[in-house]
Amino acid sequence: MLLATAGMLAIGPAVAADKVKIGFVTTITTPAGVIGKDMVDAVNLAVKDIGGKMGGLEVDLIIEDDGFKPAIGKQKTDKLVKQNNVDFVAGFIWSHVLLASQKSALDAGKFLISSNAGPSQIAGKLCHKNFFSTSWQNDQTPMAMGQLLNQKGLKSLYIMAPNYAAGKDMSAGVERVFKGKIVGKDLTKWGKGAQLDFSAELAKAKASGAEGIFVFYPGKAGGAFIKQYAQAGLQGKIPLYSVFTVDSIALPKLQKAKMNGVMGSMMTQFWAPDLDNAQNKKFVSGFKKAYGRYPSFYAAQSYDTIFLIKSAVEAVNGNLSDMNGMRAAMKKANFPSVRGKFSYGNNHFPIQNFYSREVVSDADGVWTTAVRKVVLENHQDTYAKNCKM
Amino acid sequence: MDWVLFVTQLLNGLQLGVLLFLLASGLTLIFGIMDFVNLAHGSLYMIGAYFCGTFTDITDSFLYGIILAIPATAVVGVIVEIIIIRRLYSQNHLDHVLATFGLILCFDALVHFAWGPEGMAIPLPAILDGQIEIFPDIVFPTFRLLIITTGLTLAIILYLVITRTRSGMLIRAGASNRTMIGALGIDIKTLFTLVFGAGAAMAGLAGMMISPITEASIGMGNDIIIVAFVVIIIGGIGSVKGAFIAAILVGFIDTMGRSFLDTFLKLLLTAESAETAAPALSAMLIYILMATILIFRPQGLFPPRGR
Repeated sequence: MLLATAGMLAIGPAVAADKVKIGFVTTITTPAGVIGKDMVDAVNLAVKDIGGKMGGLEVDLIIEDDGFKPAIGKQKTDKLVKQNNVDFVAGFIWSHVLLASQKSALDAGKFLISSNAGPSQIAGKLCHKNFFSTSWQNDQTPMAMGQLLNQKGLKSLYIMAPNYAAGKDMSAGVERVFKGKIVGKDLTKWGKGAQLDFSAELAKAKASGAEGIFVFYPGKAGGAFIKQYAQAGLQGKIPLYSVFTVDSIALPKLQKAKMNGVMGSMMTQFWAPDLDNAQNKKFVSGFKKAYGRYPSFYAAQSYDTIFLIKSAVEAVNGNLSDMNGMRAAMKKANFPSVRGKFSYGNNHFPIQNFYSREVVSDADGVWTTAVRKVVLENHQDTYAKNCKM
Repeated sequence: MDWVLFVTQLLNGLQLGVLLFLLASGLTLIFGIMDFVNLAHGSLYMIGAYFCGTFTDITDSFLYGIILAIPATAVVGVIVEIIIIRRLYSQNHLDHVLATFGLILCFDALVHFAWGPEGMAIPLPAILDGQIEIFPDIVFPTFRLLIITTGLTLAIILYLVITRTRSGMLIRAGASNRTMIGALGIDIKTLFTLVFGAGAAMAGLAGMMISPITEASIGMGNDIIIVAFVVIIIGGIGSVKGAFIAAILVGFIDTMGRSFLDTFLKLLLTAESAETAAPALSAMLIYILMATILIFRPQGLFPPRGR
């Protein structure tokens, strides 16, 4: 016993450094758990693809469930930082969960990497030297949508989004860039008891005579909206434009329900399964082989998260106490990303392309999304200028 | 006023109304006859939807899916009544609420376990998936029209059963004075079980009708059960007629609020505050109606006789 203790003391620092500990906070329970599952699958795949090692160190992955609640997300972050003493805290689907948890990770001097959420606060005033994003700032995708609508020459638009912070942000993002007229806008009930039946709103949209309808309905509301859009016979009358609504999580269910209404609908995004670069090909084919389905953008961002961390650990040859070295390495964004080459802005959010995507049927008849063209090139978010870094 | 839009919205309101009726009729009978507060009624709505999805998958037909899922949901209702609910009748309302809240958690967990967290889409046959021109210019989704027809047909059947049959008479008697019919030697246990099973079947049917539009998902019943309670309070607890009228009323008010409130508010407020206020206010309208009715007619619009 004594010997063992003495032995542990002697090799203490070495023991601490033979593993890279990564804490990954996402949503496993609640209906939103389907997103978390996609992310965890991608992270596991990434760890497998790198042989379970970074810079000679073994990867120790600790997954935590935030239950879709900011308070629990913060608790789990505290646990990862204090109890598990992780080197990196990553994950985070939801902006409000990330905002509640960021202080716990950053104050403890850990690296925090968002694999999805991109709230304006962290891109702007709250930016931090140890925070990095492998996704985007919330406003960018709808801004790309506004640009796409301008390029298509739309004169009038009907907007529908949930009545909460992100819903308003998405709608504002489109309105900021779109030059045509907004002929109608519905913010529907969200949160507990969220509205899923859009009959009244769709009837209004139809009566408004808009040239297009823009929606943001993440999660299960997205599938519900698209079914009703098709059932109301709006396909071909009012083309559908969406952000974060039609993804690889919604499409299999829509295909199963034979909702052809979604075919050909357009969206904007920084990535798509068919984006042409070596890393993305490896990721998408590996993911499909391992799990039998297309990865979502959540999965793509999570996959990148592991490769970003790997680039940092390798730059310092596994010396995890060299925070400055790892930070400098990550700032270079010098890793194979599924989105292709990109760079980091002063606020550590990616400066990257945004593409228009269309829903298509692939060679095997499986519904997916395909890249059409670049809508915003090397785009930086608007909050970066508020970040003093 | 755009008449095409107005009539379409009336139909949308009617569709929401009959859906609420399917849920509320069982709830009001269980509350009225057995004096039992059943928060888990929404779980049966969810179970019905998942059963329908599974049977539709197996038989590859939405019609067979529904035909099989209705009795299956009724059986679940009967089993739950016999194993759990029956022991709770003699307890007070707070115990009912606690126990049935626990049931909700159990049902949600069971569904998560059996069907996974993703939710379940239910495909419709092509004939139901399109639109129909009911009046010139008024094009309405076929499936929503089917919901209206099903709901109204069931309302008529229920009316006939309750007013013209012996079991209906017992149900009415039970709603008016449950001690007395027990004293008259009626087998009240069986009656309770049957009513619970029938209520479960109707809640399940409501779930089957909505899930091709939204989808079957965990907790779907918890969102709508609150509105169903509002309906039975407005209609008068224990009255199926009251539940019907209140459900249609709530359906209309909710739909009209969502359709036209922001236009009206824009006359009074700036566009931006109207946009934010309208959804909040239209979500509140039915509760304002309930509060008003509770002030002027606490027993509801059509309470059963003898109360």
